[in-house]
Amino acid sequence: MFKIEVRDVHFWYGNSEVLHRIDLSMAPKTVTALIGPSGCGKSTLLRVLNRMNELIPGSRLSGEVFIDGRSIYTPDVDVYELRKRVGMVFQKPNPFPKSIYENVAFGLRIKGINHRSFIDEKVERTLRQVFLWEEVKDKLHKPALALSGGQQQRLCIARALAVEPSILLMDEPASSLDPISTAKLEELIYELKQTYTIVLVTHNMQQASRTSDRTAFLYKGNLIEYADTATFFTNPSSQSTQDYITGRFRTEG
Amino acid sequence: MNRVFLRLFKAIDAAGDWYDRQRGDGFALYGLVFTLFVVAIVLGLFTYVSIAGFPRLGTRFFTGFASRIPEQAGILPAFLGTLWVMALVFLISFPLGVAAGIHLERYVSQRRLARLLEVNITNLAGIPSIVYGLLGLQFFVRGLALGESILAASLTLSMMVLPLVIVATREALRMVPGSVTEAAYALGATKWQTIWYHALPLAFPGIISGVLLAVTRAIGEAAPLLVIGAVAFVPFVPASVFDYFTVLPVQIFFWATKPQSSFLINASAAILVLLALTLLLNLLAVRIRERWHKRIES
Amino acid sequence: MRRPAEKLIEGLLGLSSLFTLLLTFTVIGVLMYNAWGFFEVIGLGEFLTGTRWTPFFENPAFGMWPLLTGTLLTALIAMFTALPLGLLISIYLSEYANATWRNVARPALDLLSAIPTVVYGFLALVFVTPALQYFFPALERFNALSPGLVMGFMILPIITSISEDAMRAVPANLREAAFAMGASRWQVAWRVVLPSAFNGVTAAVILAFSRALGETMIVSIAAGQQPQLTFNPSVAIQTASSYIIQISLGDVDRSGLEYKTIFAVGLGLFLLTFALNNLSYWLRARFKQQQR
Repeated sequence: MFKIEVRDVHFWYGNSEVLHRIDLSMAPKTVTALIGPSGCGKSTLLRVLNRMNELIPGSRLSGEVFIDGRSIYTPDVDVYELRKRVGMVFQKPNPFPKSIYENVAFGLRIKGINHRSFIDEKVERTLRQVFLWEEVKDKLHKPALALSGGQQQRLCIARALAVEPSILLMDEPASSLDPISTAKLEELIYELKQTYTIVLVTHNMQQASRTSDRTAFLYKGNLIEYADTATFFTNPSSQSTQDYITGRFRTEG
Repeated sequence: MNRVFLRLFKAIDAAGDWYDRQRGDGFALYGLVFTLFVVAIVLGLFTYVSIAGFPRLGTRFFTGFASRIPEQAGILPAFLGTLWVMALVFLISFPLGVAAGIHLERYVSQRRLARLLEVNITNLAGIPSIVYGLLGLQFFVRGLALGESILAASLTLSMMVLPLVIVATREALRMVPGSVTEAAYALGATKWQTIWYHALPLAFPGIISGVLLAVTRAIGEAAPLLVIGAVAFVPFVPASVFDYFTVLPVQIFFWATKPQSSFLINASAAILVLLALTLLLNLLAVRIRERWHKRIES
Repeated sequence: MRRPAEKLIEGLLGLSSLFTLLLTFTVIGVLMYNAWGFFEVIGLGEFLTGTRWTPFFENPAFGMWPLLTGTLLTALIAMFTALPLGLLISIYLSEYANATWRNVARPALDLLSAIPTVVYGFLALVFVTPALQYFFPALERFNALSPGLVMGFMILPIITSISEDAMRAVPANLREAAFAMGASRWQVAWRVVLPSAFNGVTAAVILAFSRALGETMIVSIAAGQQPQLTFNPSVAIQTASSYIIQISLGDVDRSGLEYKTIFAVGLGLFLLTFALNNLSYWLRARFKQQQR
């Protein structure tokens, strides 16, 4: 059974259609990369999966998205509970202007959990999960903004994991990081795959080929190609995919 | 105490969250209710004042002088006093405030001096109006021997609103696109020519709107004028800036504090006149600013 | 020909800038000069520690505490009114309201601060006090409660406008992060936006408090003229500002001690608000730096 199923999804901002008839499914504990030129709708598609798209007034969706076999766009779905099951990491690291500890604890606190030792334990466990514990264990109560960019991004991942999601959405998580931090992040993605289903938006094709199991190429709101990453990069079936991955791609107009 | 606050904080948090989860963003409704609550209270009070004061608004009220008999008392000297003050505050605070604003915005290059002047102006803006009254009493009324005159009152109020004019001038100048200044410099204009011929004309509506707001503030003030010696009875039409004076807010104060309740009707009526005047000036200032924003942003 | 004229203009502009500094010094000078005359006779000790303010008695006492408690009492009542209301309204306007509503509500709230304070005072005396007396018959005709409540509405726009600006300046990506973790809109506002805008909001609150301390007409009209060392909101009190008005309205010998008292009281008021305003300014400057 698939973890995520997107069926016939169309999406509009005002009158402009930014996603057109998207169909794709993702198996549990895999990494799916979404690639494509900027403005192709890959970030929008990501936000459709945890209904973050709804925060923008004037947006509209048709079609269905299933997570664990249940539709997430029916009226009885609690959107806040949904987002707790689907974690998200953003382009720019965005830790709260609080301590490292409070950043990770935030997700527990909004759940109404205030049990001190439980939170302590959870903070340590998630920080270990993202390989940050050794670096920050002595300064847990120092401001998170004092960390380096790469550390901040891993902290943001820890923060998302603390809520215990089963899916992790990543929106170009390495775009503001240096090469060493990026390498560490990719290693982390590989580790996280053992537990989580990951959807990764990236504009870096090497990254997509290194980290993902399957790759989807979007162009102007259309899903052009969706295949095993190995097949996708060695033997793409569509001409525009071929052009895009070889860098010969031209945007019309 | 601290624990109580902590509890309170948690309770508010939990309540707000609960409303939001019950119905999508349920607190939105409550926020709207709170905002409307404030607006409704204010509207209600105005209705009350209007109903109380309206019957008094007749010719006699506008052409009469102060009187022991409420039905015969009028606001002529107070109204004219307010007009005098309005004109003088405009004439005094406008050149002074605009000059200081231009200097601060375009001429002060030393960071420390700029900071000192800026902090100073923020402080001037924060001084309670009654303290300006004390300044006026000692400095203008006694020191410069202007007496309890319209001029002393206008000078006092001008000092009080000066920071408003300066801040408005600076903000208006900042809205002028840098390209305009650069173009003027490129044509060989001097600094002052650039400001006078290019920046000021573009910033002018913004400045005027700020000065109007400052004047509005000035004509609503009673406290500093009571300190410098505004009087309750002015039995003549003020004809020069050295005359004794009263203004609408002062007249309202004296009527409101009289024991006979029929003077409250006079106070309500005078409040209607004062509110009409301030709201009119306010709307004018806002309209000018809005039109200017549209023009300068296009 | 052009150069000297330019220099002259620049000089004049500089003089008007200098004038603002002179103005501050003059205010301080005027207050100090007259207050000095007062302290020479009374002594700073009695003023600072005395608990009775009875300038018109045969044996006058000049302890500032009754005026201070009166001033604090009305200002605190105003804050208790304005703070919760202002905070909720700014959260609503910055996090919930759509643009249309915001554009209606903001100018409407700002109008509250355009209303002359004498009007507020009148409303407190002839409307709010009788209305409150209906519920609390023990309330005196002049009291601290009614002008305090009304003052709360007067300072409401200060709190809403500055703290709404501060909240809207909080970067959108922090909100996104919290939403993505399943926080409700309220939790985002209360646990992420409000703490991030804390300095800005605090600055607004301090500024509003300072404004309430110096407010004159509302308390002069509706709070009474009895300097009492009390925190009972239902009895007549006197604030520092309304004492100054009371003396100004009487026939005061301008070389006498009473005339000088108002400057001593004014100096105290000035120092109090001066400290608060600078604290507020400093907090706002820090907030702006943090947002960068």
